[in-house]
Amino acid sequence: MTAMRFDLPTPDLETEPFWDAAKEERLLIKHCNACGKYHFYPRPFCPYCWSDDVEWFEASGRATLYTWSVVHRNDLPPFPEWLPYVAAIAELEEGPRMMTNVVQCEFDQLEIGMALEAVYYPTSEDVTIVQFRPRPASS
Amino acid sequence: MRVDDSLVIERRAVISGAGQSDIGRRLYRDPLELTLDACLVAIADAGLTTADIDGVATYPGPMDVPPGFSGAGVVDVQDALRLELGWWSGGIESPGQLGSVINACLAVAAGLATHVLCFRSVWEGSAQGDKGRAGVMGGGGGGYRASGFMEWTMPFAAPSAAIWIAMMAERHFHEYGTTREQMAQIALNARKNAGVNPNAIYRDPMTMEDYLNVRMISSPLCLYDCDVPCDGATAVIVSHADTVADLRKPGIQVEAVGTALRGRPSWDQFDDLTTMANRDAGAQLWTRTDLKPSDVQLAEMYDGFSFITMTWLEAMGFCGKGESGPFIEGGERIARDGVLPLNTHGGQLSAGRLHGYGFLHEACVQLWGEAGERQVPGDPEVGVAAAGGGPLAGALLLTRRR
Ligand SMILES: [Zn+2]
Repeated sequence: MTAMRFDLPTPDLETEPFWDAAKEERLLIKHCNACGKYHFYPRPFCPYCWSDDVEWFEASGRATLYTWSVVHRNDLPPFPEWLPYVAAIAELEEGPRMMTNVVQCEFDQLEIGMALEAVYYPTSEDVTIVQFRPRPASS
Repeated sequence: MRVDDSLVIERRAVISGAGQSDIGRRLYRDPLELTLDACLVAIADAGLTTADIDGVATYPGPMDVPPGFSGAGVVDVQDALRLELGWWSGGIESPGQLGSVINACLAVAAGLATHVLCFRSVWEGSAQGDKGRAGVMGGGGGGYRASGFMEWTMPFAAPSAAIWIAMMAERHFHEYGTTREQMAQIALNARKNAGVNPNAIYRDPMTMEDYLNVRMISSPLCLYDCDVPCDGATAVIVSHADTVADLRKPGIQVEAVGTALRGRPSWDQFDDLTTMANRDAGAQLWTRTDLKPSDVQLAEMYDGFSFITMTWLEAMGFCGKGESGPFIEGGERIARDGVLPLNTHGGQLSAGRLHGYGFLHEACVQLWGEAGERQVPGDPEVGVAAAGGGPLAGALLLTRRR
């Protein structure tokens, strides 16, 4: 029996494409053809205009840091092994925000508004999550 | 726009009694027993008997997970006290924990009940034992797979309100220049008030140095920014205003309530994450009364995390948007003898996580002038009780009837 862990998602028909794409190092969000807005997390209806004319869109992976927290206490496996780590909300270039982590960044370099780019981290054989790291000015 | 007074039917309700059980870090007592203790104290406080109670309301209703989050449901209490009910309601989907009390106000106004027993009981202290909150999440046994909203938080290592509220606080710090030293005043003020509340859990003095040196949980929130799980129950009686002549003491008038939720109910997609639903509930409350924030003489407002109280100060208009940091700086304004005495019992940070109802209980006790050593001076007549964080928010404006 494997150790209990709390970080594995339950993909369903609606969310499976996101998780499949993440394994291929692509970030999928939803785009509404009726109003033109993007949204996350994925919904079968646009949360802005309620149109069901929504489709997957491959985001650029470019984002800015909306806010963050250095987590020093999290009892739920496997996160104790991660401590301390950076929980964050990234604001994607396309508009939506997502909860994520910032990696490859010293804590004292974290700054709201800093440029980020997506990186992909496999947390299990089946699951890859989207994280972000500082984005060099040139890209 | 001011709502017409004929529509403000919550004003047909008064709070006629209040009670609490024993409160402790870990009591290891039957949670239904704690619940009944609080209920019977509240009923007697109003000068009523169980035969007079014809309504019951609670938050969140019976729940097994997380353990200790709910000590009893409506039917447990209805059966134990053999109540004959004209109306009842319990559930977790409401404008915060005090949404249940607001439901009760509307029920008496609608004539479905005359005296509604409202309660909230917790035994999170005992349920968590020595294992902390991890023990709670694992309490279900077996595996866990994140679905729904949690599918977008758990895999990204953001599984708890501590982390979500920490990120809101960081954003507030960034936009408004708020500091840890300012936020500390919520915790320091609570501890100071707990020092003169014999029922509070942590009563030893706390200094700014203690606060700044204690360990971080999720920056910028340190241990003292997080409330204290405990065991205990709180009850209040909501009565129809026409019954005041039958009551043991002056009813506390429900002057207006706020229940709105207008933004997306999401910890990442909400339009302005330096605030959340309390912004909407607070604004709505002031459309239902002629009183103004400056008329309020005491505020008992949710502090599951200290930052939440700061957002309530802004949401209720006690200071401007983004100005809660300077408002509480130094602590004088929110002290018991300040312009806006705040969390005069010690809040959930020092008096225990009674989960919303503790604030309403304290507001009532203060307005009745029964708070003993911690009584706010000047015979206060107008108070606010507000509870909830994130997408949950409900507030009541209360006045003492003359
Ligand atoms: Zn749309």
